[in-house]
Amino acid sequence: MKSILQTFLLTELLGGLRLTFKNLFVRKVTLNYPEEKTPKSPRFRGLHAQRRYPNGEERCIACKLCEAVCPALAITIDSDVSEDGTRRTTRYDIDLFKCIYCGFCEEACPVDAIVETRIHEYHMENRGENIMTKEKLLAIGDRYEPMIAADKAADAPYR
Amino acid sequence: MSDDTVQLEVNGVPVTARKGQMIIEVTDAADAYVPRFCYHPKLSIAANCRMCLVEVENVPKPLPACATPVADGMKVQTRSGRALAAQRATMEFLLINHPLDCPICDQGGECELQDLAMGFGRDVSRYTERKRVVKDKDLGPLVSTDMTRCIHCTRCVRFGQEIAGIQELGTIGRGESTEIGTFVERSVGHELSGNIIDLCPVGALNNKPYRYRARSWEMTQHATVSGHDCAGSNLYAHAVRGRVMRAVPRPEERINETWLADRDRYSCHGLYGEDRLQEPMLRRDGEWHKVDWETALKAAAAGLKDAVGRSGPEGLGFLAHPSSTLEEFLLVEELASALGSANIDYRVHRVDFRDPDAEPTVPGIGVPIADVEGLDAILLVGSLIREEVPILAHRVRKAALAGCRVSFINPTVGEWLFPVQAEIAGGAGMVAELAAVLQSAARKRGVAVSERLADVVSGAHPGPGHDAIAASLGQESVVWLGLVAEADPARADLFAIAEELARLTGARFGQLTVGANSAGAALAGVQPHRGRGAVPRPRPGLDAGAMASEGLDGLLLLNLEPEDFPPETRPLLDDARCVVALTPFADDALLSCADVLLPTGTFLETSGTFVNCEGRWQSFSGAGRPPGEARPAWKVLRVLGNFLDQEGFDFDDTDEVRDALVSHLDGLSHGAQDRPDRILARESASPARAVGLYGVDGLVRRSEPLQAAAAASGDPEA
Repeated sequence: MKSILQTFLLTELLGGLRLTFKNLFVRKVTLNYPEEKTPKSPRFRGLHAQRRYPNGEERCIACKLCEAVCPALAITIDSDVSEDGTRRTTRYDIDLFKCIYCGFCEEACPVDAIVETRIHEYHMENRGENIMTKEKLLAIGDRYEPMIAADKAADAPYR
Repeated sequence: MSDDTVQLEVNGVPVTARKGQMIIEVTDAADAYVPRFCYHPKLSIAANCRMCLVEVENVPKPLPACATPVADGMKVQTRSGRALAAQRATMEFLLINHPLDCPICDQGGECELQDLAMGFGRDVSRYTERKRVVKDKDLGPLVSTDMTRCIHCTRCVRFGQEIAGIQELGTIGRGESTEIGTFVERSVGHELSGNIIDLCPVGALNNKPYRYRARSWEMTQHATVSGHDCAGSNLYAHAVRGRVMRAVPRPEERINETWLADRDRYSCHGLYGEDRLQEPMLRRDGEWHKVDWETALKAAAAGLKDAVGRSGPEGLGFLAHPSSTLEEFLLVEELASALGSANIDYRVHRVDFRDPDAEPTVPGIGVPIADVEGLDAILLVGSLIREEVPILAHRVRKAALAGCRVSFINPTVGEWLFPVQAEIAGGAGMVAELAAVLQSAARKRGVAVSERLADVVSGAHPGPGHDAIAASLGQESVVWLGLVAEADPARADLFAIAEELARLTGARFGQLTVGANSAGAALAGVQPHRGRGAVPRPRPGLDAGAMASEGLDGLLLLNLEPEDFPPETRPLLDDARCVVALTPFADDALLSCADVLLPTGTFLETSGTFVNCEGRWQSFSGAGRPPGEARPAWKVLRVLGNFLDQEGFDFDDTDEVRDALVSHLDGLSHGAQDRPDRILARESASPARAVGLYGVDGLVRRSEPLQAAAAASGDPEA
């Protein structure tokens, strides 16, 4: 009897519509993605970058701790003595297809050389572009250094 | 309980020890680890790092385990509160001045200080004063220095004093201004000096050519055997992604103990030089072309077949470097027999080929290497043993320090770094000097020398040096012919006299053999007069010298370069119409005389077996990948056998090849064989050609650090 009554009075339909109308006037959370973006944590782990010291000297000392800690074996490093006698990489490749963006490389780095930036909008068009070479990583680092430094500073109190 | 043992307790467990042992030896045997830096079982006790402090019951202060002899009833605690507190305090002092540069230190990951700091160090330093900085010393091209990291354990200093015999490093200054350094500005030049790298518990002394190239944890370790001298030192080759990065010693008490000669340690740095052959090459109309394997192998097979067609199997020769593996030797021999040729030899360094049947079936030093230490007397004829077999020279030095009377008969005076009973250099030439020793020995014992040597001996005039040598030889002694004698134009005479001398005096007779595997070559039959299993051939072929004088139509070279040949036999390479070379390297000299180049791997890139100078068979697997299209030589020889349509070349791995040889060795006698009477009359015409410490094979000649070290020490030959 009760279910027949409910069926004829459309109570369930009206209950559903009530939710619809209620949400019609609520503040919208949907973003028009390319134009609008959500705020990101300074700890966001996106595209990798290599940093330099303010005097232009690259930070990486080829200690290979990131290569050792990388769970996906995405990092490949060759090292040698540089012209000024310091320890430097001659090759620093990150395979973005292998990388799982865990951020262990950043954690392992004793000199804050390899970082994962907020950048997550990137793509590849050709085979081989998934390999981030040392030059590419340093270029990203040079370009976004103010952002990286600000993120590091924001996170510093919690470390 | 006998008189020379004591009972004591280590961490509550009763143990028995010999009197006079130090606590640390007992705790090590009882698996109770005591941290240490300055203690090393092969060096004297310094007790200056104080890391091994342990608690002993009823002793008011902790005692250094490395310098405290055991006593009866001692109760040692290695992990008690007091022992740990003492060890922690020592660690804190050691870390005061140690820099925190582990991420760039090559020792990182294999560092004794790093490991112990994890166990005994505090996480925060209480030290806020200025840290000490020490200027780096220049120790030459082999050892890099970062002296700020030094903790003054003095292992390197003691190594120089006790093992090398020449104190190249020392401590200067005292207290905080103590520094390790060379007294005068010079590089370390001893042939074992690379071992201070392994001894250094921190990163102060490190491998210079390897500097910053790789980390210890990313390398794969391959147990292998050195291919540069007849001792067959055991080593580990460390490789990253198929490329050999460095070599470190593999402890083997019977051969190299814990040491490794510089030649074995640094030769791997010559692997990837510019003239490394990476693709098969073929000469067409005087021009070199890179070709694929099939074309090259077809050309090689055709070249050898054509040579047989033109001048019969006798026109075909096979020469192999004495450091090739046993398997390569066997396959070359099989190839030669399949083509009907007995012109096969490994003794390319030799100029005197007389009297081949006198030689022992398997050349060697006649005693196990470990027993050299216990000998009463050693006579070395024509040997620069420190250059020829550095690891064996170390054993001879140990023997000499223990009272063994070591004597030399050489063309020139050497620097031996141990007490020498008599050194006869120059004079009337090695043959005459050795004959004088033989005469003295015969006269002293009142026996006659055999007739065939009567002429040589009758003209000799023994002096006091000869008499002393003759008197020293007896039961527990050896007479060794060195590599200078081996390359001497009067080698056969020296051999006959030395063997007679050994026979008369009861001493054992031996030869330092060329390369890593002369014994293997003899076993595999890479000799014109003896075939597989060193069984005499019914129809002997031409030896390397005869090949040069008779001339050949076709020639197959295994791991040989023109530089390996003495000037007397080198024209052989230019005269042959078709030269097929299996080689890891191709320099201009080889390019100018070869016709087909087949790239092969060095001993670090192939599996195989070396038989060392004491007759020990040591099999190993390859450490690195041969670069480019290069392949292990045994595979190339095997496929070349297939291309020549021969049966019996279907081996799948080197173990099968080795087992095929073992079946030929039944009933092999290791002694000398009966020999015909003969007359000896050839004086040393010209001084023998010495190849020098760092000139023994292509790999060593291409190792830049070794060549730089040779140049620094002023060795004109290398």
